[in-house]
Amino acid sequence: MQTGRQWGGVVGYDALPRRWVIEGSTITAIAGLIGFVYLIAMVVPAVRRALPFRWETPLGVYGLLLLLSGNYLGLFVAPGERMMGEVGRILHVHVPAAWVAMLSFFVAGIAAFAFLMVGKRGLDSLVEAAAEVGVMEATLLCLLGAIFAKPTWGVWWDWDPRLTSTAVMLLSFVGVLLLRGVVRDPDRRATWSAVATLLSTVNLPITYMSVKWWRSLHQDMSETTGGSTIDDSLRWVMYYNTWAFVFLTVWFLATRWRLAEVRAEREVPDALPEVA
Amino acid sequence: MIAQIFQVLRKELLIEWRDRSRVAGVFFFGLAVLLMVAFATPQSTVLPKIAGGTLWLGLMLASTRSMDQSYAVEHEHGAMEGLLLWPVDPVAIYYGKAIANTLILAAVAIVLMPLLIAVYGVEVKGDPLLLVGVLAFGCAALAAPGTLYGLISSQARGSSVLLPLLIFPLVVPAILAASNATTKILEGDPMQQAPAWLGVIVIFDAVHWTVMGMVYGRILED
Repeated sequence: MQTGRQWGGVVGYDALPRRWVIEGSTITAIAGLIGFVYLIAMVVPAVRRALPFRWETPLGVYGLLLLLSGNYLGLFVAPGERMMGEVGRILHVHVPAAWVAMLSFFVAGIAAFAFLMVGKRGLDSLVEAAAEVGVMEATLLCLLGAIFAKPTWGVWWDWDPRLTSTAVMLLSFVGVLLLRGVVRDPDRRATWSAVATLLSTVNLPITYMSVKWWRSLHQDMSETTGGSTIDDSLRWVMYYNTWAFVFLTVWFLATRWRLAEVRAEREVPDALPEVA
Repeated sequence: MIAQIFQVLRKELLIEWRDRSRVAGVFFFGLAVLLMVAFATPQSTVLPKIAGGTLWLGLMLASTRSMDQSYAVEHEHGAMEGLLLWPVDPVAIYYGKAIANTLILAAVAIVLMPLLIAVYGVEVKGDPLLLVGVLAFGCAALAAPGTLYGLISSQARGSSVLLPLLIFPLVVPAILAASNATTKILEGDPMQQAPAWLGVIVIFDAVHWTVMGMVYGRILED
């Protein structure tokens, strides 16, 4: 790893030589593009049906490959972070985990709203899938955050706005999953969990706003539309990992959705019992 | 619609007035929380600092009992079917019940307040009117999700454990704001932060009272 060389990074990170920067961001762009082109192709039902395997499987394999190579990049290729040193490398997975957890909960919220509007059974299955995947990812996010926090802040947990609202979000979706667990009647379960999901989603901005008034320890948003405070030499690795997380999330969602659909199918009694 | 809401509210309060067991239950539950927290606090000098938070903790815990009861009464003698057969909008049922729940909680809060002042050794240094506002809007914030989730948990068998789990994450902003505002009013508020916290509660109320009214009908239909 090279140190002591500055290439005009935004705020004091150890930078790699320029050629890495260009190559890195290009690699990330290509990695994302491949997955995206595949995803767009899958929008067409005919293409999906023509495949001899489940459409999401290649995406999952691809996501896993990206995750493995992304971890290698984050651990060995990207430079250490200047202030936090080697510990800072966890941001390559911590930040993507936060984004995909948000994405999953957002999908759950949209699906719940759509279910209440349209009332299609498939949307209920999607709510179930997205809520569960989101809970899994948010748990991962909290664990990664705690590992990150101990050496950098000196504590495992802090009552900072973002941590607190993440915990509240996680808890409210755990509530949704528990609600789904206790209700036997499929129709009731669908409506109730859609309502609970929608309320959890609507409540989130208020939660964030109210806890933001506390004194904050978590750094401000690194990535905004206005620009980034992360040096280019680190950033592409983080985005590379983000693609891995995104494609894996799509895979999880699709697989879990499929499972929920099968279960829902089984729950519906046959219209007429078979005559023996 | 207003007349319908009023009818439902009147029915709720009448039931409550004839029995008064719910108010009593909620009150003693809240009081128990206040006392228990005081017992669990090693130093009495800390008590004034946590008075506001404890009051809202007590009210929040007590509210889950209250919301449960609000529907338990309906399920006895099949009163729920009677309510559904009424020619009233489900929205009116929601607002009637939610207002009734708010009033019951607020009544409990107002009675608990002097006890809090006595037991926790605090005095109202800020504006008492502001305190009344915080109590009223804070109770409304607890009642809005509670009235909806109470209906859900009353219909799902053996899931009274579920009600707190669903309500607590949802009311976090309200509890946070109400606790802060109450503490500021009790302890003195040199920075004038209490009105801003009250603003947060009002926003919470506005959002939740609207959204809950919109989705309540869907739950009641089932």
